[in-house]
Amino acid sequence: MTSEQTAKFEIVAREDFSDATYLLEVYHPLMAKAARPGQFVIVMAHEHAERIPLTIADYDTAEGTITLVIQAVGKSTREMQQTCTVGSRLHGIVGPMGMPSPLGQAKKVLCVGGGLGVAPIYPQARGFKEAGAYVIAVIGFRTNSLMFWQDKFESCCDEVIVCTDDGSAGIEGRVTAGMELAIGRHADIDECVAIGPPIMMKGAADVTRPHGIKTMVSLNPVMIDGTGMCGGCRVKVGGQVKFACVDGPDFDGHQVDFDDLMSRLGRFSEQEKSAMKRWSESCRMAQQVPDAEPSGPDPEK
Amino acid sequence: MAKKKTIRTIPQERTPVAEQDPQERVTNFAEVSHGYSNEEALLEAERCLMCPEQPCVAGCPVSVNIPGFIQKLSDKDYRGAYDVITSTNLLPAVCGRVCPQENQCEGVCTVADTLEPVAIGRLERYVGDMAITADWVNLPYVEPADFRVGIVGAGPAGMACAADMAKAGCEVTVFEAFHESGGVLRYGIPDFRLPNEVIDAEMGNLEKLGISFECNTLVGRLFTIEQMIDELNFDTVFIGTGAGYPSMLGVPGDSLNGVLSANELLTRCNLMHAKEFPDYDTPMPPARRVAVVGAGNTAMDAMRVCLRLGAEEVFCVYRRSRTEAPARAEEVHHAEQEGIRFKWLTNPVEILDDGQGGVRGMRCVKMELGEPDDSGRRRPVPVAGSEHDIDVDLVVVAIGTNANPIIGQTSKLSLNKWGYIETDENLATSMPGVFAGGDIVTGAATVIEAMGAGRKAAGQMKQYLGIRDIDVPYRLEGADTLFGIDQRERNFVRIRIPA
Repeated sequence: MTSEQTAKFEIVAREDFSDATYLLEVYHPLMAKAARPGQFVIVMAHEHAERIPLTIADYDTAEGTITLVIQAVGKSTREMQQTCTVGSRLHGIVGPMGMPSPLGQAKKVLCVGGGLGVAPIYPQARGFKEAGAYVIAVIGFRTNSLMFWQDKFESCCDEVIVCTDDGSAGIEGRVTAGMELAIGRHADIDECVAIGPPIMMKGAADVTRPHGIKTMVSLNPVMIDGTGMCGGCRVKVGGQVKFACVDGPDFDGHQVDFDDLMSRLGRFSEQEKSAMKRWSESCRMAQQVPDAEPSGPDPEK
Repeated sequence: MAKKKTIRTIPQERTPVAEQDPQERVTNFAEVSHGYSNEEALLEAERCLMCPEQPCVAGCPVSVNIPGFIQKLSDKDYRGAYDVITSTNLLPAVCGRVCPQENQCEGVCTVADTLEPVAIGRLERYVGDMAITADWVNLPYVEPADFRVGIVGAGPAGMACAADMAKAGCEVTVFEAFHESGGVLRYGIPDFRLPNEVIDAEMGNLEKLGISFECNTLVGRLFTIEQMIDELNFDTVFIGTGAGYPSMLGVPGDSLNGVLSANELLTRCNLMHAKEFPDYDTPMPPARRVAVVGAGNTAMDAMRVCLRLGAEEVFCVYRRSRTEAPARAEEVHHAEQEGIRFKWLTNPVEILDDGQGGVRGMRCVKMELGEPDDSGRRRPVPVAGSEHDIDVDLVVVAIGTNANPIIGQTSKLSLNKWGYIETDENLATSMPGVFAGGDIVTGAATVIEAMGAGRKAAGQMKQYLGIRDIDVPYRLEGADTLFGIDQRERNFVRIRIPA
């Protein structure tokens, strides 16, 4: 291995799914080789940036890339939306972190992705398919225009159920509606994997609980190092404290204390708001600068 | 030769060191201690008796030739003093600041039988700082050995091991999971105790030895220890990943939003620069009234960070008494000066919810000391009916750490029942060619002990590779004559014959 290989972190491709959701392919051959479904990375966009955990959405050993799908929600992810162009480099990316998802002996699997969670559910669906399972994907979006990767799912799943909140594509309703539909059709689903916002995963776990279907969820709490050192990502599972970064990120959805998770995700909401406000203002200032220029002396004259 | 010094002829008082005024320093992150001036250093150096027993050398985990460097200092041969220290310790400016000298060199100093011990740590720092200012670096002649050495973790253990292996001519690569090297020196110890510039300068010297650093590399997950040997062609590997995995309190309210580990608080503040939020993106939890649970160095650092971030009141809650507190004496003293409220013999039993997921207080009980426990310290037992609440909105937990599980999860190395890596007395793990040392073997200890382990492992790794050790070996059994034949055979370094 050489430092050229590991230190590059270059963005080699980018795709914008919507105003808010974008995909980055990052060159990191060693990580592409090591990554497994369910694992995540920690990204630092620039020297002053936060370390943010992002689930690996895909990896390509031949191209030496890993794929991240990001939603611009806070200051850091919006800033990345502007700065992470093809050819630019991340300040740091470390991983793959966390325990790979156990793609066990399940014969019929329900893979549920909601919103941004549609991306990281993809390698799991593909992994189950490669392991010989019958795979039903349920992917949900707010609306038609936010949809992505339906084709990728169709190429690796036996069935794909699309749900939109407004009914603009697929069935109308949340992923739980799609899950009910799938469970109604197939009484023999033996495992479910659900990734998405905490409230969605909580809902998904509630759907499968009465049917006794084992349900794994992927938790993405606030973390710094991602190596078990800070304890910021601790979650309650079955009454026990676990660190999502090294004990997870996948846990039994029927055991996870989602209310605790949602409360902990709001730990820094005040600071996040102030950072967002400050950043938006600085963006506006930056936009005003070109307007101000013509009033200065023109060097051409 | 100067006349032999006696306990009566040396300066009787330990030379005090100038410090930032406590009221002033709690408002900034600048270093507390200004360090000795030249006059002060020379005066303090006079206090060393140059006793023949040299208990201080034996008291040092890396066996720095302490009387040797102090003699050079007295002779105003500053560069010579630096070379003496750095022949065994590459980080004098760091160690002078963070070693628990009172339990090591200074604790056994002969002068301390009668007077205050020689301020060895301050003298070491003086020499280390001078080297940084003058840009000295002690680069020995290195004979290429054609071996590749992989080091996991760029903290004190890994760096000490890396330095010795590089000096033995090996091609050394250090892998670090964080985006910056330094380990606990970087993420754990705050600027007011160990400025970043000092770490940068002394770490820079390691790069000058030809060591390469690969940050953002999580060994175990990006590649395993087995792959390092089998696929990445390292001839030998040293694991110095530290203890990691903080213990939480395990009382009701433990997962409230106002409860965090000292590791998290310090990492946010030091490595991620949360103290400079919003210029840096990482935020700090708001802290008006803070309780820090524990009384080790990490606890002291956490409390003093909170003060500097503007907390109105900071409590130290510790279930034993001051005598048992594991922190360096100087840190407790500095914390007291800065206005930390110590609640000795107090133990939290519950963290109280403010109804919005935050903390409104901490319920505690008073403790009293009973019979000695396994650690030899008197076991604290709760006093019946002593429950009381402390009004705090942030609780920082600094009660120690458990073994980090990543290497254990991903390799076939033998672990002990607590999850630490099992080694023999030579720090060899169950896997041939793989050595381990520091906190991941012993559990949480000190920077210098980790460095000692790194150096000890390096000695064994050289033996494993068949490299003859031209350097002074790590504290060989009964090695009174360290100026041995090997040194003479391999180079032209002048040999000193012990008097």
